[in-house]
Amino acid sequence: MITLKNVYKQYDDGFEALKNINLTCEDGEITVLIGPSGCGKTTTLRLLNRLINPTKGKVLIDDKDISEINPVTLRRSIGYVIQHIGLFPHMTIASNIGVVPRLLKWDKQSITKRVDELLDLVGLEPETYRSRYPSELSGGQQQRIGVARALAAEPSIILMDEPFSALDPISREQLQDELVRLQKEIKKSIVFVTHDMDEALKIADKIILMKDGEIVQQGKPEELLRRPANDFVKNFIGQKRLEKVEEIPVAKEVMIRKPVTTYPRRGLAEAMNAMEKKQVDTLVVIDEEHQLKGYVSIYDVLREYQDENKRVDDIYQPFEHTIGPETLLSDAVVIFNESKTGYLPVITDDNKLIGLITRGTIVGYLGDVYPSVGNGGV
Amino acid sequence: MNGLIEFFQYLGKNWADLLALTFEHIVMVVIGMGIALVIGILLGIISSKNERLASIILAVANLIQVFPSLALLTVLMLFFGLGSSTVVIALVLYSLLPIIRNTYVGLKEVDASTTQAGTGLGMNTWQVLFKVQLPLSVPFLLAGVRIAMVISIGVAALAPFIGGGGLGTTIYSGINLRDPMQIYSGALVAAALAILADYLLGKAQKKFDKSKA
Ligand SMILES: Nc1ncnc2c1ncn2[C@@H]1O[C@H](COP(=O)(O)OP(=O)(O)O)[C@@H](O)[C@H]1O
Ligand SMILES: [Mg+2]
Repeated sequence: MITLKNVYKQYDDGFEALKNINLTCEDGEITVLIGPSGCGKTTTLRLLNRLINPTKGKVLIDDKDISEINPVTLRRSIGYVIQHIGLFPHMTIASNIGVVPRLLKWDKQSITKRVDELLDLVGLEPETYRSRYPSELSGGQQQRIGVARALAAEPSIILMDEPFSALDPISREQLQDELVRLQKEIKKSIVFVTHDMDEALKIADKIILMKDGEIVQQGKPEELLRRPANDFVKNFIGQKRLEKVEEIPVAKEVMIRKPVTTYPRRGLAEAMNAMEKKQVDTLVVIDEEHQLKGYVSIYDVLREYQDENKRVDDIYQPFEHTIGPETLLSDAVVIFNESKTGYLPVITDDNKLIGLITRGTIVGYLGDVYPSVGNGGV
Repeated sequence: MNGLIEFFQYLGKNWADLLALTFEHIVMVVIGMGIALVIGILLGIISSKNERLASIILAVANLIQVFPSLALLTVLMLFFGLGSSTVVIALVLYSLLPIIRNTYVGLKEVDASTTQAGTGLGMNTWQVLFKVQLPLSVPFLLAGVRIAMVISIGVAALAPFIGGGGLGTTIYSGINLRDPMQIYSGALVAAALAILADYLLGKAQKKFDKSKA
């Protein structure tokens, strides 16, 4: 976890670039720093690998004050991707990717292996690209190498300063998609600077919106969209996006508030009984503290029904996906589309069940909103 | 036509002597260039790190450069006496400006984002210098060496005036003996040497440019 505590930065010329910055970046998440040009995003990012030192305040990584870590050592343990890509033009792609492992004195074989691994990871055929020079690659390919170079020594933190802003729109979208895909695989803590709201909304787990060296609002993309702190945030997000969000309901507005539940210690006959009575084929399993455990379906119950000793605890299965109360219905639809699941439990941050969304819920909701859809044509 | 035949006959007779003198000439130039490279690159690096020093260093190197070669040799002779080593000192001094200036410009020309990437990835100051900045300024440096080399080969031909050797020896004795063949042979071989050095360094420069362009 990265923490900035009451950080101020005054440059040598007296300009106060950061004023009392407090923020945290969670492990395994993409934190996006966003704001208009000159608001201090790059300055904030560079504090994290000590390219800049704060005038006042502390930067902590995993609760350790980084001012006590040698900057060179620190930087070798943090991946860094810069806007202008900054590949070394006199080195081959392989040497470029292997820079940090070489600085860390890895043996040759491990470096070669790692380079090929990374080329595969960023979707460039090692055979073809290994011994080329950066100038022989397109902008998009070059920045893929930039990302591979940052990942080379397996850092747990990666800093990216407007990494895709110099690319054409198509490569940019491609690389954004790839970053999202990659992040699912590598689960790094990424701090990502951009001035493009679309980009931020696409990739961010958390957005930190800055203005004139101060943080205006920070939170999940969802929170900024639903509860912009002030007019600046509203303007920055853009009226269009806000309207779009206002039209789409969130989970807690449409969910079934009292889904049929059962407890782990219940017997199978009891479960069956509950299903019959409420006319459902699935029960959500919770414990006494209302913590979500999983679900039992009628098929599971029937299969094990003969065994009188079996209880719900023995046969329930965990849910593959859960959502929060503020999840957009559109996002829930995406999950339904991409998985076979028929139920999405709605839980709080501490895993307490507060509702359930089924495919039926969504159809029902659409039926209410668009009652007359399709009655004209065909 | 006759003169040309006569010239080749002269070469045929005296090639062994000429070869020895050519070798002497090259040795002076190479030693001078070697020393100038070490000093020049160092001063170039210092200049690139400190603008105030840069203006002083470049001004002094420039001053040396505009000094007429015969005058410089004579002044140096007053301090260091006669002989080839005084010639080498002169060659070093003449080579400095192009080497310092091109190292300085080369280092300045390295893209800031490339240097920044080096630092950001965890290179220390020296590693950034030796792994990134200097390699990237090699094409500039080579251009400087090319200029310095041609100047040196020319200046080295004046060596006999202060007791040095090299191809100037035949020119000098040719003047004394009013033997044009001797003058031609020394002058032409020195010129050929300069053209050859220029050509080879030009090729090297192109090669480096290609790998980076
Ligand atoms: N080295 C510096 N010296 C003085 N001012 C600087 C320096 N670097 C950045 N600034 C100023 O600090 C402000 C924030 O810069 P920066 O963090 O690069 O902004 P952003 O990345 O959000 O565009 C800008 O107004 C910029 O002019
Ligand atoms: Mg910036």
